[in-house]
Amino acid sequence: MSFHTIVLVKHVPDIEKVRFDVETGRIDRSSAPGEINPFDLNAVEVAVRLKEKLGGMVTALCMGPPQAESSLRDAIARGVDRAVLLTDSRFAGADTLATSYTLASAIRKIGRFNLVVCGEKTVDGDTGQVGPEVAEHLGIPHVAYVCEVREVYDNRLVVVSDMGDKFLVEVMLPALITVTRDVCSPRLPTLRDILRARRSRIEVWDADALSGFIDISRIGLKGSRTNVFRIVIPSEYHRRGVILRGSDSVSKLVEALRMEGLI
Amino acid sequence: MFSNGVLVYSEYDEGAIHPVAFELLGKSREIADRLGVEVWGVIVGYRIGDDKARELIYYGADRVFIYDHPRLEYFDPVLYRDVLVDLVERVNPSVFLFGATPLGRSLAPRVAAAIGAGLTADCIDIQVDENGDIIQVRPAFTGNILAYIKTTSRPVMSTVRYRVMKMPNRDTSRVGEIIRLAYSLGRDSGIRVLGRISRRSVDLGRADIVVAGGRGFRKKEDLKMLEDLANLLGGVVGVSRPLVDEGWMPRERQVGFSGNTVKPRLYMAFGISGSPQHIAGMRGSEVVVAVNIDPSAPIFKIADYGIIGDLYEVIPKLIEELNRIKRG
Ligand SMILES: Cc1cc2nc3c(=O)[nH]c(=O)nc-3n(C[C@H](O)[C@H](O)[C@H](O)COP(=O)(O)OP(=O)(O)OC[C@H]3O[C@@H](n4cnc5c(N)ncnc54)[C@H](O)[C@@H]3O)c2cc1C
Ligand SMILES: Nc1ncnc2c1ncn2[C@@H]1O[C@H](COP(=O)(O)O)[C@@H](O)[C@H]1O
Repeated sequence: MSFHTIVLVKHVPDIEKVRFDVETGRIDRSSAPGEINPFDLNAVEVAVRLKEKLGGMVTALCMGPPQAESSLRDAIARGVDRAVLLTDSRFAGADTLATSYTLASAIRKIGRFNLVVCGEKTVDGDTGQVGPEVAEHLGIPHVAYVCEVREVYDNRLVVVSDMGDKFLVEVMLPALITVTRDVCSPRLPTLRDILRARRSRIEVWDADALSGFIDISRIGLKGSRTNVFRIVIPSEYHRRGVILRGSDSVSKLVEALRMEGLI
Repeated sequence: MFSNGVLVYSEYDEGAIHPVAFELLGKSREIADRLGVEVWGVIVGYRIGDDKARELIYYGADRVFIYDHPRLEYFDPVLYRDVLVDLVERVNPSVFLFGATPLGRSLAPRVAAAIGAGLTADCIDIQVDENGDIIQVRPAFTGNILAYIKTTSRPVMSTVRYRVMKMPNRDTSRVGEIIRLAYSLGRDSGIRVLGRISRRSVDLGRADIVVAGGRGFRKKEDLKMLEDLANLLGGVVGVSRPLVDEGWMPRERQVGFSGNTVKPRLYMAFGISGSPQHIAGMRGSEVVVAVNIDPSAPIFKIADYGIIGDLYEVIPKLIEELNRIKRG
């Protein structure tokens, strides 16, 4: 039986480029090109290394807008074999509960797997919740903050989980892990891989494609239980903004810190 | 039975309650008084003494629930989920708060998904509005925005960042009830914790003074001056991510989005440009000092005191001045 890893990747805006409108509290997603969530590169790398060690295959799964295809092509260039994009306006507006439910439903449809790998968190949602929630929907164990995969067998893994202190944990498969940046460094795809990925097929599934696996009332905005009703963009910080230059700047700083009672 | 209380998950490890639980009890007391309900704590683990539960009461809990079992000694998200779902079913809390520690952020989503509840991650504020609705405030987009969130399911669940809520007074005259609950842990969870293999040697999140260095440092050996400065100030050394990637410092020293969130009284940044990912981890600092040769470095936008200058000149001078003060 071959080892099948499913890796969850999200398509996120490049956070260095994305613009925020201080007045309206709007995020202008069109201001920044999308890319694969940086933390998910580590998840892809772990999955691909497992394949290189054990054989088998890796499937990347992403829920997002049609443009998210580019992130899946990136994953293919880095060694993923099969890519599935969940895209449908009915999926939109999902919080972590609805997102994880949708991803779990798609995993059920994909069928047999040994392991699901997630990134530690996303740079936009930034919750780190989707992984453990997917595990719960699937009824499988999970280990979060995996910083090292020590031993791999076809029915179990031994990993190090970084919870502040580090713990050695054995987990029976199928299971889900979320990985930190320490787990491995992501490889750079070669030009050949990138060209190959450009020609590869991405399977696109809408909500109907998941019928039999999904309850439509639990997806998207309707299936969400948290509601963002206001966004504030901190425009200026309440900082003193004292700029010092010249030869006496250090003594002025020391004086100021003494006044603040800090030294 | 009683219901509707504000419930605080009280992380327990090696005989100690994580202090974020006390902060959450303080906040819960405020929320509960507004809503006219009780404050509850829950402790999950093995060999939990009544004295631990009493601490929760001193910090504001009216009742403390305990699940005590040898199989609960180490954190197992599946078994811990089992007992917490059992508790939610028994006592029907209106709000359920966790510390946004690694454990809290691994456990809370399991519980939330199991009961079909919404969950808000890493909150930095919780308010009650005029309708008695709970408002959760959290950073998102790598700290670039603050989102205000309401939850439409019950209990309202969130993980809350450590050291943002005020530590309440410890009032040893407070009384409350300690309730030990039996639960038959059934099946094998599929998880076996084989042991704690290393301890974190420093916790930047708790530091009062952080002296941080970035790519302005030219080589690893030069970080020695940073250490000397930190020692003089009674602070700890932190770094930006490139220095961790270089292998100059371990990850536990990294400040930022993919490292530690710090909230010291004094944060000093030497040779750090101030990327959004770095700022995400130190924005909550009380006083920020930045030293950078580039006057246009973004770090100056969030600095209280900025020195435009070469860290290789500034740090030795600082050390000298501080030594002089010390000598009196
Ligand atoms: C997903 C993701 C997560 C990330 N997470 C983090 C994180 O957690 N923490 C983090 O720090 N970064 C993080 N980063 C990286 C971040 O984007 C920046 O690359 C990083 O913060 C830059 O570090 P720096 O300021 O030390 O280096 P640089 O940006 O290179 O800045 C060095 C500064 O030093 C100044 N300088 C040079 N020489 C001197 C001198 N002699 N004296 C004084 N000043 C001098 C320069 O003017 C410059 O401003 C993350 C990036 C991504 C994509
Ligand atoms: N829309 C999505 N599609 C695929 N994977 C996702 C999605 N959202 C989150 N994930 C996965 O869950 C992890 C944690 O995401 P988050 O909870 O949003 O911080 C990410 O690193 C991904 O591995």
